[in-house]
Amino acid sequence: MQEKTYEYLLLLGDHSLILGHRLSELCGHGPSLETDIALTNISLDLFGQVRNYFQYAAELTDGKTEDDIAMLRYSHEYKNSLLCEQPNEDFAHIILRQFFFDAFHLPLLEQLQHSKDPRLAAIAVKSLKESKYHIRFSSQWVKRLADGTDLSRQKMQDALAHLWAYTTELTEPTPLETEIHAAGIGADLAAVKTAFDDRVKSVFDEVNLEIPDSKYYQKGGKTGVHSEHFGYILSDLQYMQRAYPDMKW
Amino acid sequence: MKNTTTTDLLEKQFQDRIDRGESIEPKDWMPEKYRKTHIRQISQHAHSEIVGMLPEGNWITRAPTLRRKTALLAKVQDEAGHGLYLYSATETLGVSRDELFEQLHSGKAKYSSIFNYPTLSWADMGAIGWLVDGAAIINQVPLTRTSYGPYARAMVRVCKEESFHQRQGYEIMLTLCNGTEVQKQMAQNALDRWWWPSLAMFGPPDAESTHTEQSMKWKIKRKTNDELRQQFVDITKPQADILGLTIPDPDLKWNEERGHYDFGEIDWEEFWQVVKGHGPCNKQRLAARNKAWDEGAWVRDAALAYAEKQEAKRAEETAPLQKAG
Repeated sequence: MQEKTYEYLLLLGDHSLILGHRLSELCGHGPSLETDIALTNISLDLFGQVRNYFQYAAELTDGKTEDDIAMLRYSHEYKNSLLCEQPNEDFAHIILRQFFFDAFHLPLLEQLQHSKDPRLAAIAVKSLKESKYHIRFSSQWVKRLADGTDLSRQKMQDALAHLWAYTTELTEPTPLETEIHAAGIGADLAAVKTAFDDRVKSVFDEVNLEIPDSKYYQKGGKTGVHSEHFGYILSDLQYMQRAYPDMKW
Repeated sequence: MKNTTTTDLLEKQFQDRIDRGESIEPKDWMPEKYRKTHIRQISQHAHSEIVGMLPEGNWITRAPTLRRKTALLAKVQDEAGHGLYLYSATETLGVSRDELFEQLHSGKAKYSSIFNYPTLSWADMGAIGWLVDGAAIINQVPLTRTSYGPYARAMVRVCKEESFHQRQGYEIMLTLCNGTEVQKQMAQNALDRWWWPSLAMFGPPDAESTHTEQSMKWKIKRKTNDELRQQFVDITKPQADILGLTIPDPDLKWNEERGHYDFGEIDWEEFWQVVKGHGPCNKQRLAARNKAWDEGAWVRDAALAYAEKQEAKRAEETAPLQKAG
């Protein structure tokens, strides 16, 4: 089971690592100073979580470090959902991507705080506080953009049409997630899905946003099959470790 | 005639207050020139923080470790925070943040020229923290006691954080210098590129500095450009020695008689070229700021429209109560 726990920690950490990376690309380029600072805060929280997960994961290996895990795997070994790697198309995409992630992440962490693995439970408790702030921020902004101007509403609807296809992967269990849940360590994604659906519906209802009527979804990230964007993320993320191997920074 | 006398008297009282070390607050009477000088200086400082996010922001996604990445991200975020409270301090003088942004984006306002140089390697994150933040601290610590209250108070917080950034930058350099030969070369190369622009951060030589005298009187300045520059060289040279790096100045040597280091001539032609907009990155820095601002316009409009709608809704909800009352 230790090996499964290791794999599960990587999956959890990878969501935060890749979304944190996307948000960190925006630092200094936000639409206002306040949103710039807020999105950077979220990015910092996510990287903090990554470090907690990967430091724990590293202890389960023969001498790997958190940075080996974060920066020295091959593309197919990263297990983040496709949603997290979607590019920063515009502020509507950024906000909606964040909202979908938060609507998944919050109930996920609520479950993980009761994990049989005490270390994972402790990480979840700490992350939960942050996630509560994140969803307040992202759901507020979904409402602002959806109920702001005609233009902002249009942009929010465009973002929704694009991103909706990536939402089901979050809560559709992979064999690993099924197994780790059965062992009492991982979250029950069926319950997470219910919470996700409720949250999305309640926020969307407030501002008359309609969930797209589409049956087509994208998945693959959680089993290591990523989008074309992913190689470019790794080129940045791994640049120093690949170009200057085995050095201390 | 009478007006002139009144103004003279007010100005004298004003200067007396500054001389007594009293703090000038937003609602106090102040000479128009004092107000304008402060708008210019504080907003330039704010612009420098905001533009200064860009060269370091360039390395966030490529930072070598998670620890370095989060520290750099937090540092760049601190600069946004500094920008925020310096713009707020400027607003107390009767100018809006939007107006100040307009001046920055149109190229009318200046910001620290150092940020028009490119960041080419990870070692630049160390060199900027060590040298650029180091120079900024020397420039800024006296401002914690400047006459204008909101500026002085903002600077207390800015200086605390800058001093943390400076130590962080030096620690990056130290790690590189204790590392492999490639890392040492990276560190030396960064020092070679950032040394002279850092010295130029203190501004033109005293003989050519236009604002010094009046600024001294108002305590916006307490030491001259050349005095501050000397202080920086004296502090920094021993730090370079500890790192085992060579400062790229053959004329740099200890002068026993003066009790200071002598150092070589700054290339002022290059300095003015960069100030006037022709440095290596002036155009891309301004373009990045303009892009962020222009592409954010619909977001800011949406936030405003939403706030107005919410306000109207609240007014509607409370209206019947008022009628009943």
